[in-house]
Amino acid sequence: MKNKKLLAGPYLFWSVAFVVIPLLMIVYYGLTDTSGAFTWDNIAKITTPENLKALGIAVLLSVVSTVICLLLAYPLAMILSAKSVSQSSFIVLIFILPMWMNFLLRTLAWQTLLEKTGVINSILNVLHLPSLDIINTPYAIILGMVYNFLPFMVLPIYNVLIKLDRDVINAARDLGANSRTTFFKIILPLSMPGIISGITMVFVPALTTFVISDLLGGGKILMIGNVIEQAFKQGSNWNVGSGLSLVLMIFIIASMAVVAKYDKDGEGTAF
Amino acid sequence: MKDKLIDLVNITKSFDGQTVLDELNLYIRENEFLTLLGPSGCGKTTTLRILGGFETPDSGQVIFNGEDITKLPPNKRQLNTVFQKYALFSHMSIAENIAFGLKIKGKSKTYIQDKIKYALKLVNLEGFEDRSPDSLSGGQQQRIAIARAIVNEPKVLLLDEPLGALDLKLRQDMQYELIRLKNELGITFIYVTHDQEEALTMSDTIVVMNQGYIQQIGTPEKIYNEPENAFVADFIGDSNIIPSLMVEDKLVKILGVPFKCVDTGFGKNKPVDVVIRPEDIDLVSPADGTMTGIVTHLIFKGVHYEMEVTANNFEWLVHSTDMVPVGTEVGIKVDPFDIQIMNKPVSEDEEAVGVEE
Repeated sequence: MKNKKLLAGPYLFWSVAFVVIPLLMIVYYGLTDTSGAFTWDNIAKITTPENLKALGIAVLLSVVSTVICLLLAYPLAMILSAKSVSQSSFIVLIFILPMWMNFLLRTLAWQTLLEKTGVINSILNVLHLPSLDIINTPYAIILGMVYNFLPFMVLPIYNVLIKLDRDVINAARDLGANSRTTFFKIILPLSMPGIISGITMVFVPALTTFVISDLLGGGKILMIGNVIEQAFKQGSNWNVGSGLSLVLMIFIIASMAVVAKYDKDGEGTAF
Repeated sequence: MKDKLIDLVNITKSFDGQTVLDELNLYIRENEFLTLLGPSGCGKTTTLRILGGFETPDSGQVIFNGEDITKLPPNKRQLNTVFQKYALFSHMSIAENIAFGLKIKGKSKTYIQDKIKYALKLVNLEGFEDRSPDSLSGGQQQRIAIARAIVNEPKVLLLDEPLGALDLKLRQDMQYELIRLKNELGITFIYVTHDQEEALTMSDTIVVMNQGYIQQIGTPEKIYNEPENAFVADFIGDSNIIPSLMVEDKLVKILGVPFKCVDTGFGKNKPVDVVIRPEDIDLVSPADGTMTGIVTHLIFKGVHYEMEVTANNFEWLVHSTDMVPVGTEVGIKVDPFDIQIMNKPVSEDEEAVGVEE
């Protein structure tokens, strides 16, 4: 037993140094002003119209992206789970392949593709088709989010579906259910843990991103992540940045708590 | 003779180029308890899945009540299945599980309530309505799976090794339970198992299968006492299978010694296989025996002693309630009607494979 505890040492050191202490620092900065005196002002900054708008945009865009991811991922996961392992592993590979490339590079690539004089529009021009004008709009941001986070939705759903006992589905058919009823009454409820896991893994990073909105939104669309980034970098105001981070953290914890209420098996806490 | 309810005509099925069922023909009568018995891979489960509609045969027809249902999906068939691993819906309560089929059929609330009560009573699990399937033991889950199937009043209940995951005592209890259920419900049971004892205990008719072919169809007594080939003799119970020579009608030469028997019609001087059950061999004094031998092994089995007697270079397996010590010289005697003559196997699937439970 003692030896096993010793093995946890490096990780313990790591988490104290790079998780616990930074968190405490954020709490400290968030609750003090520049002179070090206690204040709620940094927290209250969330209520300014600009910041509320940024949070609202972030929530809206990440909810839309999560829904699109779910709608794309579920049918794909179903097709994959019905295929033999050799067939599905190839398709899974195609899906995971882009994930091996750096996330920033992929987002930058989308910027180049979507630009007014970018690759896509050049092709559209050659074909005399109307040009696609979505760079620096919320649509581009959603596209970037869906593209980057889709695999995180597919995999947990696929994992749940592949473990589903075929005979449970057969039993539903046997008892008179058509394929539609079987799906809504049996397959969908039984795959909820995977869906919730997927939602968590897409919604949380989408809500807090600032890179995607920076690169594809052209700095015109501010999400809460951008506001916090600016507070730290441009304003050099660690106190406000930390205060807003605290608010965002509490917001995420609260929304995950709501999601977890529907996840009885506790498999959805994969983030 | 009751009517044919199900008729399987020339069913062939292969998976990945491997033939699982080859030109299978079988009919099932109303109210019958029919068991498909065989080692794993013999095609018994595939036959059941074809009946349930979960597999479509490559060729052949499934006739149900005079109608061709070969291509009918499972939800349109008047059969219900009890699956090997129960396949209960873990996200629903016991009551919801049982009500599943009835709700789909649009039955009234009171009808469903009554049916749930009735079914739970039938399987001796009254008051379990609000429990979750995960909180039940294997035997209880199996009863719920049966309850869930029978509330739909199917004409036929298909059972795929339903007792396979239970321990011995529970398995024996459930066997009696199933016989009782069958008698109370008055419907046809088609049962799949690899356990010969289970098959002998419960069935009206046993269908012995091996390598995709039916080896023998008959009552438990007939299958046990008059196996048609070495595979059946070997798979059902212990047996002595001895290559012999049929000298003429009612006379067979076993290991060079003539024995009287009751079988006729095999022709003269024809090589055959003889089956003698270990409990049908009488050990007598050397002078009274048809053949003499020496007891070489002795094991106490509870109900009886199991002995091995070496006689004429053959090791005879003998079961007897009387103990004979190792080394004793004994005479071997077999009554004529206890000698079962079989034709030599003509194909691989008819051969004894030494599969013993």
